Amino acid sequence: MSKREIVVLGGGVGGTLVANMLARKLDRRQAHVTVIDRTGRHVYQPGWLYVPFGGPPPKRWERPERGLLSRKVDLVVGEAQHIDRDAHQVKMADGTSYAYDNLVLATGAWLAPEAVPGYAEGAHHFYSPDAAVRLGEALGAFQGGKVLIGVADIPYKCPPAPLEFTFLLDEYLRKRGLRERTEITYLSPINRVFTIESVSTFVTPLLEKRGIQHEEFFNTESVDPEKKTVTSMEGTELDYDLLVLVPPHRGVPLVVDSGLGDAQGWIPTDKQTLQVKVDPSMYAIGDGTDVPVSKSGSAAHFEARVVAERLVSDITGSPNEHVYDGRVMCFLETGHGQASQLSFDYHHAPRPPKPNHLYHYEKALFNHAYWYLVPPGRV
Amino acid sequence: MTVTTPLPSIDKEIDARGSFCPGPLLELIRGVKSVPVGGTVAVLSSDPGSNKDIPLWIQKARHDYLGAFAEDGYTRFVVRKAH
Repeated sequence: MSKREIVVLGGGVGGTLVANMLARKLDRRQAHVTVIDRTGRHVYQPGWLYVPFGGPPPKRWERPERGLLSRKVDLVVGEAQHIDRDAHQVKMADGTSYAYDNLVLATGAWLAPEAVPGYAEGAHHFYSPDAAVRLGEALGAFQGGKVLIGVADIPYKCPPAPLEFTFLLDEYLRKRGLRERTEITYLSPINRVFTIESVSTFVTPLLEKRGIQHEEFFNTESVDPEKKTVTSMEGTELDYDLLVLVPPHRGVPLVVDSGLGDAQGWIPTDKQTLQVKVDPSMYAIGDGTDVPVSKSGSAAHFEARVVAERLVSDITGSPNEHVYDGRVMCFLETGHGQASQLSFDYHHAPRPPKPNHLYHYEKALFNHAYWYLVPPGRV
Repeated sequence: MTVTTPLPSIDKEIDARGSFCPGPLLELIRGVKSVPVGGTVAVLSSDPGSNKDIPLWIQKARHDYLGAFAEDGYTRFVVRKAH
C-alpha cells in the first residue's frame, strides 16, 4: 500500500480538525497530511461579535495554527494560487507546488463589499477584525439616531449573528443612556425575523418588548452613502444614521480561479458525502461549499469529522458509510445575559428552548474552551 | 397551492430539502440573484412552510411565480426573474 498524500486547503475550524483527525487515526506509512493556510493564524470568528461592544480585542480570538495542529501534520503558510485538477497539484503564489492524492477544500468564504453598490462607503460590519474595531469606534461616537441592522446579501456566515448584534446593541445603548434617543430597526430578508419559524416565534416578541422595530422582506440592493439611505430589491428605501449590514460573501478567489465555484464562487458539493461534484477525489467542507446548511463553524466542525472518517475508511479499506446528516448546533444571544440554543439536522427541525442565562454562560464558556475542544477533535 | 401543469424549463435548480437554516426561501432568493433577468430558478423543499413563504416573497419582490410541483416527499417551486 502506497502512502496517501492529503492536502488540506485552509486552517480554519474544518481544515484543522480534518488534519488532526487524520493524523490521529492513520500512521505515517498510511498518509502524509499537509495544511496550507494563507496566514498561519487560526481565528475564532464568533468572537468578533463582541468587539464593537468593548469585548476582548480581535487578537484575543486568534492563535498560531501551528500550535493547534498535530506534529504529524505539515503546515505551509502561503498563498495557494491554483488547483491543477489534471496534475493533482496545488500551485502556490511563490512558484512552489504540492502534489495530492486527495484534496480537502476548507477555504472558507471571502468578503466582497464591492458586490453591493455603496456598501463599502456606507455600511459598518463586524465580520473582520478591522471592521469590528471601526464599528466599535463608530458606536463610541454615536449619540443617538436611526440604526438599521441587516444583511447586504445572502448567503452569509452565522445566520443568527445580525439578530444577536441587534440584541447586544440594545443592551449597550441602554447602559450608555442612549436608547431613548435611538430607533433600532432590524431588517430581515424574508417574511419573519429569522429563517427558522420557531426561533422567530420567540424572538419577535423579544424585539418588540425592547422597542426594536423590524422590517420584513428586505433584501439589500444598494446603499447611498451621501443620502444615507439603503434600498431593497423589493423596492423599500430606508434612511439611517448608522448602518450595520453583514457584508456580501463569496467563494474565495482560489476556488473561482480554479474553475471550482458556482456563480457566487461556492463549491458544488454533495450534501451527504461532501465530495466535490466535479471531482470525487476532492472533499469540501465549511463556508466554501454550496451545502444547504448555515455557513458556520459548527457545520464545518461536523462536516470535518465525516470527511476524516471517509478518508480513513478509504485508505484502510474499511466500509465507508460515513455521511453528513446536516447537523448544526449553535447559540443565539438575546442580550441581557441570556441565550438560546439551536440544534438541527437534515431530518430534525430545531426546537430551541426559551432564552435563559444557562445558554449564555454555556456560549461564553465555549468561546474560551473552543481552543481545547474543537481543533484537537475532543468534541 | 400545488399545480399539475407541465414543468417549465429550469435554468438553475437548488436542492434545499432538509435545510432549516438558511432554509429554502433564502436559498431561492440567492438563486434568483444569481441568474439573469428572464432566467428560471427552482428550489426543492420538504418544508411545509415553503407553501406560504415562497409565493409571498415572489409576490413581494415582483417576480413571476411559475408554480409549485408536487414530487415524492417534497415540492419543486419555480420562479422566473422578472427584473
